Amino acid sequence: MPFDEMLTSDSLPREPYKGYFNWHSQQKTSDLIKKSRDAESIFRKTGITFAVYGKEDSSERLIPFDIVPRIISGSEWRKLAQGIEQRVMALNAFLDDIYHKQEIIKAGRVPRALIEKNDAFLPEMIGMRPPGGVYTHIIGTDIVRTGEGEFYVLEDNARTPSGVSYMLENRETMMQMFPELFHLNKVRPVENYPKLLRQSLAAVAPPGCTGKPRIAVLTPGIFNSAFYEHAYLADQMGVELVEGSDLRVINGKVAMRTTLGYEAIDVLYRRVDDDYLDPLSFRPDSTLGVPGIMDVYRAGNITIANAPGTGIADDKAIYSYMPDIVEFYTGQKPILENVPTFRCSEPDTLQYVLEHLAELVVKEVHGSGGYGMLVGPAASKRERTDFAAKLKARPGNYIAQPTLSLSTVPILVKKGLAPRHVDLRPFVLVSNKVQIIPGGLTRVALKEGSLVVNSSQGGGTKDTWVLED
Amino acid sequence: MLGRTANGLFWMFRYIERAENTARLIDAGLRMSLTRMHGHEEEWESVLRSSGVFNSYSATNAKVTGADAVNYLLRDTSNPSSILSAIEAARNNGRMVRTALTREAWEATNECYLDIKAQLARKISGDEMPEIINTIKQRTGLIRGAFHGTMLRNEIYNFSRIGTFIERADNTSRILDVKYYVLLPAVSYVGSSLDNVQWESILRSVSAHRSYGWVYDDDYKPANIADFLILNGRMPRSLAYCYDKITANLGYLEREYGERTTCHETAAATLGMLREREIQSIMDFGLHEFLQDFISHNSRVAAEISEAYRFYQD
Repeated sequence: MPFDEMLTSDSLPREPYKGYFNWHSQQKTSDLIKKSRDAESIFRKTGITFAVYGKEDSSERLIPFDIVPRIISGSEWRKLAQGIEQRVMALNAFLDDIYHKQEIIKAGRVPRALIEKNDAFLPEMIGMRPPGGVYTHIIGTDIVRTGEGEFYVLEDNARTPSGVSYMLENRETMMQMFPELFHLNKVRPVENYPKLLRQSLAAVAPPGCTGKPRIAVLTPGIFNSAFYEHAYLADQMGVELVEGSDLRVINGKVAMRTTLGYEAIDVLYRRVDDDYLDPLSFRPDSTLGVPGIMDVYRAGNITIANAPGTGIADDKAIYSYMPDIVEFYTGQKPILENVPTFRCSEPDTLQYVLEHLAELVVKEVHGSGGYGMLVGPAASKRERTDFAAKLKARPGNYIAQPTLSLSTVPILVKKGLAPRHVDLRPFVLVSNKVQIIPGGLTRVALKEGSLVVNSSQGGGTKDTWVLED
Repeated sequence: MLGRTANGLFWMFRYIERAENTARLIDAGLRMSLTRMHGHEEEWESVLRSSGVFNSYSATNAKVTGADAVNYLLRDTSNPSSILSAIEAARNNGRMVRTALTREAWEATNECYLDIKAQLARKISGDEMPEIINTIKQRTGLIRGAFHGTMLRNEIYNFSRIGTFIERADNTSRILDVKYYVLLPAVSYVGSSLDNVQWESILRSVSAHRSYGWVYDDDYKPANIADFLILNGRMPRSLAYCYDKITANLGYLEREYGERTTCHETAAATLGMLREREIQSIMDFGLHEFLQDFISHNSRVAAEISEAYRFYQD
């Protein structure tokens, strides 16, 4: 039986859920289902949609929202937050090291080839120190839970993590629909995130920037799956939302085309991947970026958040070295555990993985969004055989992990409450300090028994409460 | 403000205006076909011409029928001016400039799109037409209401208004031009009941068939109709009214930015001309020629505005 975060095996509410559970048992399921539908219409009206690539008809869909909150106690959160902070500090130290002295390689803790032959490693960043020494300004650490006090980090998402707008809109919707719940429970606020993000970005403006730093959010445009979030964050922060075509390098600064002419930008929160950032340095066919922005960056005249080349830190091939990385830079044992990971690039390990495919989850090293992965226990024999062939052809392209017994949190269904597997993505801001927003995005696999929580694969979201206790 | 944002607002409101005007044109066409005495469907050709899509329609349709014309104007996405295309373009522009809009203005636009897209998902039969036309007018009206009720009167508002009135001036002049063109051969019928219906359709397509009666005699006189739609400064779809608004909004931008460019001069000159000109002199000059001049002039003003405020990359 997977660990249920709300109910014990005797169907009694655990401590953090007591207030909610009492309230819930006084509600009529049919009323709550009606509220669910109200929530959906709020989301549809607001236009919080995401695009699913490769599906013509449903180019814009809503991520289903479940109205039962996911609740984390204050003490559970403190441990999580400490662990996340430690990890985030280590990631930034690792990036600085990798692009400078490479001491971790010299110490033999991480293989050189893994770094230098990795697409996410950008030689353009060697010897480059970003303003404020910060590489990963915004991080969304993916956490899973398996039991009381048992948390694992699944992924570090140090490039351009998305989902924070859902965290904010989910809370907004819950407060609109169930204000009484927020009187009954002391829920720590998340709604100051845009303000903190703005302050955090301003704090790492280039040293030459005098006066109030001018910040902009760079989006690939309205057809990007996360466009809603880009617009939402720019709006909430009160900064411009720009596209590559609005920007140009003028007099050694990146400037945006306004109705009055070009105006310089100091900090660019970019939601465009490294490859597309600068056609002069990376993909020459990119129209999403700014030609010459890397020169401005190297000259120290703009802050790019997150820094180019941070992908080397959240690469799935690097992931298995994270316990070493944390220890190497912080001198302490990791507070949060890594999921045990098999590196298929190692011949003995590959053999083991092939023999145990039915028990393992196999992921592409560079994949994301739940695409290109095999969930062994849920796959058919045929799917496993097909996948084994791919694995043998390019072992270095895969890692494998045991299928964890992910915790569940109930969702609302017609009959009442039913447990579903969840994960958690808290959001972290790094500037001259590390700030972890008490909450995050809880993704939930809506299909009974399913372990895949990705929105592109039928996952939903929940409001996530961290209690003040 | 970004030049692209100004451009997005300008086009968002042009497309909303276009959708609404196309709905009125279809409405007028339907009305004419109800009162038609003979079997031809020539009113639909004039509707297609007024909408500026007759050539593209003819490229894919062998002949003009009411059902095909309505479908093309209403929901054919290969027609960039169809109501469905225009609403979608308005909404895409709205999404792009989301940060410039109030929540109310954006949600009204988004709901307009969702509702109309759902209603136009399949072919619309004749008896459903009045309801669908009504929905379009109501939905675009709600956008306008949310916009006027909640938007700060700043540059965002000015660019949106300029877009609205550039489009409206274009639409009104086209409607007048095409109808006159089509109706001219029938000039000898002036005074017959058939002709009254035709003349009325011009006014109907700009929602002015009642107000015309308040301002002029009950009789439909070509010169009066032209006067009403071109020179009457109180008629909200007339060219004079549109240019009054365009000039005023450009004036706000001029004061805010401290910069006067050719677009200000051209728009002011246009307004001056519309204020001074007498309808008789326009009729003598040739209404068709006047309107053709005006349409190209109006496009030039739009191009000058887009250049002055850096709508596009140079």
